[in-house]
Amino acid sequence: MRPFTFQRIQSLDQASARKANDGHQCIAGGTNLLDLMKKNITVPEVLLDITKALPDQIETTAKGIRIGAMVRNSAAANHDLIRSKFPLVSKALLAGASPQIRNMASIGGNLLQRTRCPYFYDTTLPCNKRNPGTGCGAIDGENRMSAIVGYSTECVAVHPSDLCIALAALDANVIIRTTDKKETIIPFKDFHRLPGETPEQDNNLPVSGIITAVDIPSNQFFKNAAYVKLRDRESYAFALISVAAALELNGNKIVQARLASGGVAHKPWRWYEAEAFLKGKNATLETFQKAAAIVVKETKPLSNNAFKVPMLKGAVEVALQNCLNA
Amino acid sequence: MEKQTISRRFFLFTSSMAASLAFIPAGVKAFYNNVKRAIVRSKEKETVSIIVNKQKHTLSVDSRTTLLDLLREELHLTGSKKGCDHGQCGACTVHIDGQRALSCLSLAVMMEGHEITTIEGLAQDGKLHPMQQAFLECDGFQCGYCTPGQIMSAVACVNEGRTGSVAEIKEFMSGNLCRCGAYNGIVESIQKVAAR
Repeated sequence: MRPFTFQRIQSLDQASARKANDGHQCIAGGTNLLDLMKKNITVPEVLLDITKALPDQIETTAKGIRIGAMVRNSAAANHDLIRSKFPLVSKALLAGASPQIRNMASIGGNLLQRTRCPYFYDTTLPCNKRNPGTGCGAIDGENRMSAIVGYSTECVAVHPSDLCIALAALDANVIIRTTDKKETIIPFKDFHRLPGETPEQDNNLPVSGIITAVDIPSNQFFKNAAYVKLRDRESYAFALISVAAALELNGNKIVQARLASGGVAHKPWRWYEAEAFLKGKNATLETFQKAAAIVVKETKPLSNNAFKVPMLKGAVEVALQNCLNA
Repeated sequence: MEKQTISRRFFLFTSSMAASLAFIPAGVKAFYNNVKRAIVRSKEKETVSIIVNKQKHTLSVDSRTTLLDLLREELHLTGSKKGCDHGQCGACTVHIDGQRALSCLSLAVMMEGHEITTIEGLAQDGKLHPMQQAFLECDGFQCGYCTPGQIMSAVACVNEGRTGSVAEIKEFMSGNLCRCGAYNGIVESIQKVAAR
């Protein structure tokens, strides 16, 4: 690890002012950042400890719920209100990492964690995300874990978070503090980016931006929500495919549906076409199978990850069925 | 045929170099560490006060020091193990303010004011913690390297009430790997303590 200067930050204003400087990096839970620093992938000159500056409460608001950026993942997953009214969030959180890491990792940091693409993690290999202009090693290389939708010729990495899949499905908002404005709100679907020509940018967080909270609007999905995660081992591994599904039902009729996936793209991926198809239909296995077929129609696998397509199809069907038995 | 000779000058030069190398003190490592400490600029050192196993320590550390390295190298509490050093194996598991966490992914300077419990702090008045006793009785280990982390995690697993079934125990112990494969004994140990 390269030497750095450590600073304890006391307020959000101080945090955003200092973060805007070159070489300044914020740390909260640190479970991803410290790993990246040990591998010299992230090399901050100044490390800003913002754990004391960030909100760490979960509170109800007029429109829903606000989760402070410093709330630890385990605290959010086990919170009564989240378990009862936003169970998809709790399920996704508990599907990620290990109990130790969930006790450490912050909600804000979860949104900012970086891809686990092996080319990004190995500094001897080319990677446009880590070192722009060096090329993408994965696109014609070891791309078993890589994207099957939304990728570019520059980058085929996938977003690693489970929480973010649930937040994307529930149309959450990211609350950000910058130096010039008091509060900026970015809808979740616009927060993370597709790789395009600039895969080094994971998201649209402004240079001085500090994530202070995540807002989730109230919804009727809490009765019928499910998270399915498929991976190389049963627990404590990143997703090959994950599906967050939520249904709002009136009797057997689907009033509205949400479908999002992890392990498929550079950002949490919403399946809008399948959601539109599900709306107004009866909640039957046949409907779910048709929705899953619509989902996989969008995919374009790489040389070594065509296996993900049938896996995704099955996961969508199972997730939608699990919604009925949630 | 050309004759291979060693010149007098070359002989004197190499033999005097070898002699001077032999005079470097035995504690090369200690000397190297002292030099390293002197080289680290003062602004990259931080003072931190932490409570480890109910004892307060105030130390000046390189800002890069992880909690694991501070425990092992500075406080000589070598129970917590360095397995992968990347948060993948759980061998370094300790409790921070009563919650299980990975000491290899925690910066020591961020532990200011926090209370740490390591495997060395579990036994009370010379009597093993029930989980330590259960690991002995149920063969919860073979080589023992992952065991301190397993036990710290197991204690937390019971405290968190995640012992409802074998499947639940396995899920909530998935952050601790055991290459000997003593998992059945570990699950049994946890069930034993949870049943008390």
